[in-house]
Amino acid sequence: MAGFIARRIAKGIVVLLAIVVLNFFLIRLAPGDPALVMAGEAGAGDEAFIAQLREKFALDQPLPSQLGAYLRSMAGLDLGYSVRQQMPVATLIGERLPATLLLTGSAFAISLSLGVLLGALAARRSGTLADTAITGVALLFYATPLFWVSLMAILLFSVRLDWLPSFGFETVGAGYTGLSRALDIAHHLVLPAMTLGLFFMAVYVRMTRSSMLEVSRLDFVKTARAKGLTEGVIQRRHILRNALLPVVTLAGLQAGTLVGGAVLTETVFAWPGIGRLMYEALLQRDYNLLLGVFVISSAMVLVFNLVTDVVYRAVDPRIEVA
Amino acid sequence: MLKTLMAGTVLSLALAGAAFAQTPKPGGTANAVIQPEPPGLMLAMVQNGPTQMVAGNIYEGLLRYDSALKPLPGLAESWSMGEDGKTYTFKLVKNATWHDGKPFTADDVVFSVELLRQTHARARGNLTRVASVTAPDPYTVVFTLSEPFGPFLGIFEVGSLPMIPKHIYAGTDYKTNPANNTPIGTGPYMFKEWKKGSYIRLVKNPNYHVAGKPYLDEIYWHVIPDAAARAVAFETGKVDILPGGSVENFDVQRLSSLKGACSTTKGWEFFSPHSWLWLNNRKGPTANKAFRQAVSYALDRDFARDVVWNGLGKPATGPFSSTVRYYDAKAARYSYNPAKAKALVKESGYKGETVRLLPLPYGETWQRWAEAVKQNLEDAGIKVELVATDVAGWNQKTSDWDYDIAFTYLYQYGDPALGVGRNYVTSQIAKGSPFNNVEGYSNPSVDEAFAKGAVAVGDDQRRPIYDAVQKTLVEDAPNAWLLELQFPTITRCKVHDLVTTGIGVNDGFRDAWIER
Repeated sequence: MAGFIARRIAKGIVVLLAIVVLNFFLIRLAPGDPALVMAGEAGAGDEAFIAQLREKFALDQPLPSQLGAYLRSMAGLDLGYSVRQQMPVATLIGERLPATLLLTGSAFAISLSLGVLLGALAARRSGTLADTAITGVALLFYATPLFWVSLMAILLFSVRLDWLPSFGFETVGAGYTGLSRALDIAHHLVLPAMTLGLFFMAVYVRMTRSSMLEVSRLDFVKTARAKGLTEGVIQRRHILRNALLPVVTLAGLQAGTLVGGAVLTETVFAWPGIGRLMYEALLQRDYNLLLGVFVISSAMVLVFNLVTDVVYRAVDPRIEVA
Repeated sequence: MLKTLMAGTVLSLALAGAAFAQTPKPGGTANAVIQPEPPGLMLAMVQNGPTQMVAGNIYEGLLRYDSALKPLPGLAESWSMGEDGKTYTFKLVKNATWHDGKPFTADDVVFSVELLRQTHARARGNLTRVASVTAPDPYTVVFTLSEPFGPFLGIFEVGSLPMIPKHIYAGTDYKTNPANNTPIGTGPYMFKEWKKGSYIRLVKNPNYHVAGKPYLDEIYWHVIPDAAARAVAFETGKVDILPGGSVENFDVQRLSSLKGACSTTKGWEFFSPHSWLWLNNRKGPTANKAFRQAVSYALDRDFARDVVWNGLGKPATGPFSSTVRYYDAKAARYSYNPAKAKALVKESGYKGETVRLLPLPYGETWQRWAEAVKQNLEDAGIKVELVATDVAGWNQKTSDWDYDIAFTYLYQYGDPALGVGRNYVTSQIAKGSPFNNVEGYSNPSVDEAFAKGAVAVGDDQRRPIYDAVQKTLVEDAPNAWLLELQFPTITRCKVHDLVTTGIGVNDGFRDAWIER
């Protein structure tokens, strides 16, 4: 097991390096550079000004030497400096990461737990009204665009009912501390986490349901029934456990996106997370910052892939990790 | 009858209430929206829109300007021009201090001019005729020009010439000075905290040099990236101030007519954003004058104003906004005339080439506008292809002259020598920059007129020069002028005196107060 993990980490570093180099060139293929963006925003820019900015961003250097400099600083675990924001990239990302992890983590927990629960329920009551209702709602959330769900949720819960705040991470200027601050943040978290979680919840529902129905037809379930086990035990220990593998695969994929953030949800709810930071860096051609976010989220994807493989083994001991 | 009577009573009560509420009360918090999040607040280094809006509270200029663009005292309490039109003397207020407690003196002014010449593209341009700046005593500054410059008193607004503390910046590398992240000015509010992605917090400057001001305890600028979410934030009472351009146009009327909401289009007189289509004068069909005139005739500006901009704005009649000095309504010529446009297209020898139209990537309104213009041009028989870009791509394409027709809008800064000439004179043709003579128009008589107009002294001398220039430009149609844009500021009515000058919200919240 340890050897397996070590090999995977070594492979991961190579993949990461390839990702960095690829992204480095991909970003520079987009028209426009940060100097032009800043001059544009200032509504004025003579050549002296733009040349000054290019020098500041080191854009006057040839590409290979820019890449070399970037890789060298990466090797020293330094993500570089964002000239535009006047701050080290690591600081910028570090400031935003907790908010993103809170949002995507909550959405992950909500979608996985609710999804498996409802999916299992639907499978058990297959063919009944409850099943139809659950699968119907799941299909609805699966098919509806996320931004629309978000806006409708804001309209209902913020504008009409005034129950939940429509934007932000916490109440600005309220000066809450300790528990009351945590509650305040949780209050702000409800809408974005729910809307973000609904889509994946729908996927888990459908996957759990179909997988369970499939497993329940297998011979060992019949055997269990013949042994006279109670229905609850059969459902939980025989059917659900065996039906969970595809769900774990999917959860692994979702977990990979935890750090990349949810650009749309963060934008609509003004959530100060990584997704927005990345999107803004892209629009502003803030190369170092954008690369930094890519590196961190790619690393996380690699980590979660590894975790998923380990979890596979825990769920189904027949699988050998190699 | 009873109804009218009641309405009358309600109205007079409301009026009485308004009159009653005119005495400013100190205290309270202002919640405003800022969009997009500024890259920094050090006004000498960054000049983009949101930076100017927030930093106008922190920094100050020597002068401010009323809505007719007459100078008002700022950090200078009085000023005078020498007989020769080349010497300007400013007397500074004596009780102004920097936010760290150090006094503001004439040395700071001299230093600011030196610093801005290195870091601020527009200030560098405005200061080209300044031969020397001296400080004969701590509260007097003398600017000596190499030649008279008509609009000289128009360059001292806070965004154009902010005062920077010498004791913090002298002898340092301005661009990397750590103080850039904790800006220090003389303004009514002090920088307190910036939670990136969430909000910027400013607090009252207790030692502000104008007695009794400012009134508010603090200002929060909320960063809300989605336009619909900004509208909801105002609707639900989480923010009270939506500066011009914060929400999409189709929301402006709905939000301003909410209960307790007020709106004003004032406060943009100094900037007078003027929109037009850059026509590439170098090559393609747009190099032909008759074709360019055809484009101008083909545009239905009233439709654009009424439908795309929801009634906001005013059709532009030429290169000068109607709020700019020496605007001449008589030069106007192009009204919507599809038949004439069609005839001119034919006359130009247009062979049906596809023309690339570049919209501004600034949101829904501009996208819809580009579609309307495409329709107008196609009605005149011109084949149009819309080219989609983001902001960086737009900058690159326009500054590389890689377009046929491109949307743009620029500020006019009140005087043709400051904000207009730069788009039409030959010396401003330079590849690689998106805000100069991008269309590539070059006409020696226009060059000469703008040069003369800048140094001529007095309205009597300047007006005839600019009258002639407007005629020539309208005839040559280097660009197709669209609208004088309006960006209404929407507030809750309990916020008073927010917009009091021609610079509007950018002039800072020094007069603003909240009824409680």
